Amino acid sequence: MKMSSTNIFADPEKAQRLIEIAQSSLWPLLEGALYYTIPLTFISFFFGIILAVLTALARISTSKPLQIIARIYVSAIRGTPLLVQLFILFFGLPTIGIVIDPFPAAVFGFSLNVGAYASEVIRASILSIPKGQWEAAHTIGMNYYQTLRRIILPQATRVSIPPLSNTFISLVKDTSLASLILVTEMFRRAQEIASANYEYLLLYIEAAIIYWIICFILSLIQDRIEHRLDRYVAK
Amino acid sequence: MISIKGLRKKFGELEVLKGIDLEVNKGEVVVVIGPSGSGKTTLLRCLNILEVPTAGSITLDGHMADFSKRVAKKEIDYFRSETGMVFQNYNLFPHKTALENVMEGPVIVKKEAKDVARKKAENLLNKVGLGDKFDFYPFQLSGGQQQRVGIARALALEPKVMLFDEPTSALDPELVGEVLQVMKDLANEGMTMVVVTHEMRFAQDAADEVIFMDNGKVIERNKPSELFINPKEERTRQFLNLIS
Repeated sequence: MKMSSTNIFADPEKAQRLIEIAQSSLWPLLEGALYYTIPLTFISFFFGIILAVLTALARISTSKPLQIIARIYVSAIRGTPLLVQLFILFFGLPTIGIVIDPFPAAVFGFSLNVGAYASEVIRASILSIPKGQWEAAHTIGMNYYQTLRRIILPQATRVSIPPLSNTFISLVKDTSLASLILVTEMFRRAQEIASANYEYLLLYIEAAIIYWIICFILSLIQDRIEHRLDRYVAK
Repeated sequence: MISIKGLRKKFGELEVLKGIDLEVNKGEVVVVIGPSGSGKTTLLRCLNILEVPTAGSITLDGHMADFSKRVAKKEIDYFRSETGMVFQNYNLFPHKTALENVMEGPVIVKKEAKDVARKKAENLLNKVGLGDKFDFYPFQLSGGQQQRVGIARALALEPKVMLFDEPTSALDPELVGEVLQVMKDLANEGMTMVVVTHEMRFAQDAADEVIFMDNGKVIERNKPSELFINPKEERTRQFLNLIS
């Protein structure tokens, strides 16, 4: 192993250079995170959850066609790699005349993904609420929609926060795949900077740390939400 | 008030109700007893169409639901709005306080103004002896208290008939009395009630009529003083011997 040229401990000048690069690349990376990674995550999660609730309701509905459509959708998304889906949307569709910009293409792809995975979580959460809750709501005259919105979903939300947080945190990291369809999110910034100065290890670790910090903050928020929703549960 | 004719209910191949005929007059308290599997809970659940009967009809305060045809949603809504149901396991909404549980129906279904509904809910909770528990969540209440909230929740919609499905069966023995007391008070106020229960004392004290069911049929019906002391049917006698 040849260490001499990269051993920063033996080379104060090299260490100095790395610190400067780390400092100068910090803002471009944060910019990538603030303008692309984080918005991409939140927007995709928002649309994804709406899609997931609708899919879950279709799955537990009594309508066979709705059930089948929901099943095919979930199966297709879970059965194919996210990267392949993104490539179909961004590089594939233009060949039949449908051109989507990188960012909307990424939002579309990630939303479809969250929708499929989270629908299973939401479906299980809804089914975990005892049948007596539906019945009690019906006996005081509430219809399906009122029961769902006021009685079932609030309780299902509490059950689904931990698994949905997993989905959300995975999504933060999965957005790095958008770099491959030309979204200049944080990881693409890191690649661009590194390809100019060849400090791949430094830049990639720097990006990794920023991802970690974002995910750490998100898990703190998860704790707070769980704590808040647990207020009506016996401990 | 209620008139049941030829009511049948099948679950798949299993016929749980085999032709029930029953009249309940306004202000009457009817207690339904019988061994488990006799169909008494199913009968009760048919009265607000939580279970859709397979055949027969139920007339509630002049509105008839004929189960030989498909029941219209409007008909179901009518039955639900005119009956209040109290469940064995309370089925309170765990994410809502006692007061919110009681207010939910009036505010969401009947679109009553919140302050009006709140006042009414407070009165109802006072009435069932929970004037100091407005803001408690169900998990902070004992079983007996939860069931009393359940009764208040059903009463909030001002039903013409109250249905009780073994309301004390899930309770610790020392908590049964407080729930039965609330039910007796209701009976004394003239509420029409159909009660499925194993509490023979309640049947004796509060019922106008006791109905003994077995195997999907009404075997015997009579005033409690008659039915308990001098049952006419052998099957009734056997059952009463077993539980006393």
